[in-house]
Amino acid sequence: MIVVEKLTKQFKGQVVLNGIDLKIEEGEVVAIIGPSGSGKTTFLRCLNFLEEPSSGRIKVGDIEIDGSRPLNQQQNLVRRLRQQVGFVFQNFNLFPHRTALENVTEGPMVVKKTPRADAEALGRKLLAKVGLAGKENAYPRRLSGGQQQRVAIARALAMEPAVILFDEPTSALDPELVGEVLATIRGLAEEKRTMIIVTHEMGFARDVANRVVFFDKGVIVEQGEAKALFAAPKEERTRQFLSKFLSAGNGAQ
Amino acid sequence: MEEAFQLALDSAPFLLKGAYYTVILSLGGMFFGLLLGFGLALMRLSRFKLVSWIARIYVSFFRGTPLLVQLFVIYYGLPQLGVELDPLPAALIGFSLNMAAYACEILRAAISSIERGQWEAAASIGMTRAQTLRRAILPQAARTALPPLGNSFISLVKDTALAATIQVPELFRQAQLITARTFEIFTMYLAAALIYWVLASVLSHLQNVLEERVNRHDRES
Repeated sequence: MIVVEKLTKQFKGQVVLNGIDLKIEEGEVVAIIGPSGSGKTTFLRCLNFLEEPSSGRIKVGDIEIDGSRPLNQQQNLVRRLRQQVGFVFQNFNLFPHRTALENVTEGPMVVKKTPRADAEALGRKLLAKVGLAGKENAYPRRLSGGQQQRVAIARALAMEPAVILFDEPTSALDPELVGEVLATIRGLAEEKRTMIIVTHEMGFARDVANRVVFFDKGVIVEQGEAKALFAAPKEERTRQFLSKFLSAGNGAQ
Repeated sequence: MEEAFQLALDSAPFLLKGAYYTVILSLGGMFFGLLLGFGLALMRLSRFKLVSWIARIYVSFFRGTPLLVQLFVIYYGLPQLGVELDPLPAALIGFSLNMAAYACEILRAAISSIERGQWEAAASIGMTRAQTLRRAILPQAARTALPPLGNSFISLVKDTALAATIQVPELFRQAQLITARTFEIFTMYLAAALIYWVLASVLSHLQNVLEERVNRHDRES
């Protein structure tokens, strides 16, 4: 359902992504792990064109975009793709001037032209789903980081996307707030939602993802079934990267 | 003292008529200045270098030359090129063009101050650039822009006195005319000053109310 072919990204002469091929099936949860600067976040941002790829093709459902063509020549296509691809940011990026509910209804009402009553019903349902019933009228500033991130997840869900991308969704959170966000994402995984998660939470990746993809230096070094890859990485580089986590013993969430 | 008071009362209709023009010039200058200034701000933020440069030169010119000179060029200068304008439209055009330069810089700075994550969040739910501006960026930029815009507006109200030099019968001009007749210089100019003061005070009050409104989300839970 998602096909990435030969995706590359150069930035000021530096190669950030060096030919990424990846296929993701419907209902699959893929965790992307790797050291800082490995290109994993750039890859994720290229998938919904927050970052402009240098070349390669990205296909989501029946929408296909050629990354080598300038994006501003295919704006409409990019916007259609983005409606299919939800994105959850490391720093939440909620709209601070809108309440939790307004943040969630914004996409349906403005982009999909859903009538207000329907959008609000959906918004309330989604806020309840992420455990924020009763916070509908709270402004982001009054919410904890974990609550803000859950609003952001509800905002992404409101567009009813085919896939949701998570960019280190817990990296900006205080340790005691990480659990509630991971629990929310785990809940989505149990519903068989297609998700791609860039994360440093190895225990979470092992337990929740079906597949783990290990990035290093702009290429996919290794990928495989999550538990198998963590138990017995094939590549030396992967072993090296995982050694800290593995030697720490269980590390389970 | 009593005589002076009586004179001020007798002149009130003339002064208020002048004040009416002052208000027209201020509101008109602000309205068209904001409109044009917003367009210029978008040009300044354009990724096309040439477009951005045109706006930059515009701002540089209108901020770098005296408003009085700009008014003279429009009212006394343009007729030589075959463009004859009545005093009121000439003044309105001058104030609008001048205000636009200041509004452009204020709006550009306010829009640039919104972090990139807000653009990205809007893009990620499929919004167009125009939708993003209208729904996400401008409401937030307004908070930053309102105080300096309010200051510019109050300056504009006072600067409209310059229109007296191109024959617009606004407040200051009326005071001058009455003074020439009655020689009650102190009383008339003081009366005019008080009316400017009232206008400016009303404006700063409005500014406060507006600022309260756009900062709502800071206080409410």
